Amino acid sequence: MAKSIPSTIEKLLHKYKIRELDPCDVTNHCIDVVSRQKKLNAIIRLTPEIARSKSKESSERFRNGEVIKKLDGVPIAIKDNFCVKGEPTSCASRMLENFCPTYDATVYARLMAHGAVLIGKTNLDEFAMGSGTVDSIFGHTRNCYNENGGYISGGSSGGSAVAVASGSCFAGIGSDTGGSVRNPASYCGVVGFKPTYGLVSRHGLIPLVNSMDTPSILTRTIDDCVTVLNAIAGPDNKDSTTINRPFVDISVPNGDEISLKNVKVGIPREYHCEGLSKESLETWMKIADLLEENGAQVVDVSLPNTASSIFVYTILNQCEVASNMARYDGIEFGHRSHDEDSSTEQLYARTRQEGFNSVVKNRILSGNYYLLRRNYQTYFEKALKVRRLISNDFQNVFFRNERVSVLLTPTTLTDAPKLEEFVKRNNRDQCALQDFCTQPANMAGVPAISIPIKLSSNGLPLSVQLMGPSLSEQSLLTVAKWIENTVNFRPV
Amino acid sequence: MYMKLIQRIVNFRLYRNFATVISAPKKSKWDSVVGLEIHAQIASNSKLFSGAAINFGAPPNVCVSDFDAALPGTLPVLNEQCVTSGIQVALALACTIHEVSMFDRKHYFYADLPAGYQITQQRAPLASNGKLGFYVDVPGAKKPYQKASKLHQLQLEQDSGKSLHDPYEKRSLIDLNRAGVPLMELVFEPDLTNGEEAAALVKELILILLALDACSCRMDKGALRVDANISINKPGEPLGVRTEVKNIGSVRGVANAVDYEIKRQIDIKERGGQIQNETRSWDAITNKTVAMRDKEVLQDYRFMPEPNLPPLRLNVADDQTSALINVERLRKTLPELPEQLRNNLVTQYALRLETAIILVNQSGLLQIFIKALEKHPSIPPMKVANFLINHKISDANLVDLIAMLNNGTINYYLSTLLLQEMFDNPSENPKDIAHKKDLLQIMDPVAVEAICKDVLGKNGDIVRKSDVKLSAPIFTHFNSMAVTKLGSTTAVLVKKFSPGNASR
Repeated sequence: MAKSIPSTIEKLLHKYKIRELDPCDVTNHCIDVVSRQKKLNAIIRLTPEIARSKSKESSERFRNGEVIKKLDGVPIAIKDNFCVKGEPTSCASRMLENFCPTYDATVYARLMAHGAVLIGKTNLDEFAMGSGTVDSIFGHTRNCYNENGGYISGGSSGGSAVAVASGSCFAGIGSDTGGSVRNPASYCGVVGFKPTYGLVSRHGLIPLVNSMDTPSILTRTIDDCVTVLNAIAGPDNKDSTTINRPFVDISVPNGDEISLKNVKVGIPREYHCEGLSKESLETWMKIADLLEENGAQVVDVSLPNTASSIFVYTILNQCEVASNMARYDGIEFGHRSHDEDSSTEQLYARTRQEGFNSVVKNRILSGNYYLLRRNYQTYFEKALKVRRLISNDFQNVFFRNERVSVLLTPTTLTDAPKLEEFVKRNNRDQCALQDFCTQPANMAGVPAISIPIKLSSNGLPLSVQLMGPSLSEQSLLTVAKWIENTVNFRPV
Repeated sequence: MYMKLIQRIVNFRLYRNFATVISAPKKSKWDSVVGLEIHAQIASNSKLFSGAAINFGAPPNVCVSDFDAALPGTLPVLNEQCVTSGIQVALALACTIHEVSMFDRKHYFYADLPAGYQITQQRAPLASNGKLGFYVDVPGAKKPYQKASKLHQLQLEQDSGKSLHDPYEKRSLIDLNRAGVPLMELVFEPDLTNGEEAAALVKELILILLALDACSCRMDKGALRVDANISINKPGEPLGVRTEVKNIGSVRGVANAVDYEIKRQIDIKERGGQIQNETRSWDAITNKTVAMRDKEVLQDYRFMPEPNLPPLRLNVADDQTSALINVERLRKTLPELPEQLRNNLVTQYALRLETAIILVNQSGLLQIFIKALEKHPSIPPMKVANFLINHKISDANLVDLIAMLNNGTINYYLSTLLLQEMFDNPSENPKDIAHKKDLLQIMDPVAVEAICKDVLGKNGDIVRKSDVKLSAPIFTHFNSMAVTKLGSTTAVLVKKFSPGNASR
């Protein structure tokens, strides 16, 4: 960002208050940045009208000295699988290329209610099925680190991660089903936070895996992340799976004031796995040492079912995908084939053949296979049982055995891969590798955060992940803040 | 020679004996087994999982929320009133109400099923193990007999939309007003044996649903849909292949469809054929079941738990601090159900059970009965009841009477006469009575002319006195005499039979 524009939400709001900056100017600046960095392909569609009207409203509030909202005049970007009324919401799929929602996602509505300014919708893998932001009808998103090196952003919320990292906005909203926010956060050097399942409403988020999808936050700092969380969290009567108790705003102390005295950090040995790069391992161990040196108790723990998690995740993912994708038949909304009028079934077949990419089709096929009456017990039911075991692993280390307060792991096994290397593997293998450290938190529904630590020898960010018990956002984000404050990662 | 003769006699006797044995109780050669699955639209202001209104008269696609159209990103929110209704019906049917029940997705592609799946309760229904007792009134039998069917389970689920196919334009139109309308599905065990029993079960269920205000029970509007599973087998042998009959639009239709299907299956088996496991449709016009074309492909519905709805939890322990729906409170506040009502009538008014059954079953009778006794407590209740029952004209007969009036078979004058006859013979059809009692309107102009001439002829003096022209009062007099015989519509004919010309 330009020198005069601060990098955090707190500082931005301060400059607005003292009238040193105006929301309209900052919004225009952000849109400028997007245009200048078009080749990153982070934002697939600007929303200039919303941006203009929302920044104008905010500007007036500041001018009139009205009560300032949590995100007043703060430019944000949202992954293109969250519905915004009247704005195309494509899921980066041909199937929904012409889909214009008639309603707002709760997350978006709450952001707007807190004064945020939407500047655009961000890129993703089609229907969020991927971990690279490479399988999109709009083309792949580039990592803004080592820009000419051809590195991927990670995904599937790569668009939002790059938008935040490149200074196009102050916060990005993504969805995290198996790591889709933490993974690109890790590769792009930003904070990526997946809250407890049920803390943030999924109403208006076009689903991938309903039982794991979590609207999640990408910001440059932990404080910004807390501010956005406070704006969007809490029960929603439009989503029956939200936790039905009032949300109390989280507040995290200043980095210097945080004590690690009562923090017990678990290092799950199963995350030291095949494929973990030397640099990632060193980064992980460095943070463990740092925590220990500063008063935290660091213990070795075991989450014995970790290795099975990715397979179970794959099965459950494909089953829910098969079911969720059944509505895309070209009748009520979305793409409808023009080539077929011989029968309704032919219309469905043609529409779906044209509308979905091969990744989506593969998952639909295998998901339906697992759900067949004769396979249900062997695959789906068994996967649910193993999911319970994985969830129990977390319960055990948090509440029974070692009683740790947080778990420290790598977020990804390496720094960002090169696009040409990444696309050599098929989507399933990509995800199996990329989501190894992240998807267990989705299986258990617990909160998890990726924190950037340092740059690798390739000049790419390296990050670590913290996981905590359900609804432990307060303590999880506090430890994350301590790490952030201590490592002092400087984004480009 | 003799031996041969004796042998013949013996053979004859054996043959005779054998024949007598199989032909006399021919009915028992086949056992028929009938089980009902009933879908009742829950009387509710809004849909099962969305806030869209339910209005059956509304123009197409007006009562449709984003969720009902399966717009991506929308989520189901369970309608508490529908759960309450379901519990009340389950309580009335003596079910076990489950503390935790769950919702499932049942997948199939159909244009009026926008999500590609129906949300239902397959694995863990709201309630199960119920029982419905009812009386079966066999025409001709002296007394109705008691029967019961076990209820396998009661589940909540969504209705689908409606498709309209236009083969000429080669297009289908879809109306989603019905998509997501709440249904309770009642799956009964195959405990019945024939159409009368099936109809009696449905009749009793309707009384219960109406008492609980749980469903409008308009079978003609599809608010109550009865599917019958029917099979036959020889006594002592395993159950036969079953067929399912759908699209039954009335209680009488249930009896007719089931009996037809049993007979059809027996005919096939007797001719050595095989019963196909298929879905058949009841055609009320031809009084036949016909095979339905589609749905014959073996469907695998790929059931899956609905991930967007947490398990439905109920307060079954009467916990006063719980915020969940209190099942015991609903049990205590259940209204009087038909079975109790009949028993009360028997004990309180010393009515016979058959009388009580008719009073409760026939709409409107009970209200008149109660009113009459409130106003005149001195009249013996039996007398009131008997009068009401014996002078009750069935809805069907009354409708026939109106139809006859409309198509000119009778006129208003004759209709009043016929109505009186119907009161005296409540079981008889008005057409039959009209034929028997010669109450049909004469439509033949020649016959009309003959009558008019007869009237004029019998009043020759007056005709002659009035000379060439008949005065208006006299004409009216003659006319009414003729009309008495003919009816008002024939007055036109009498006028054509011009008085001036007729006088000579």
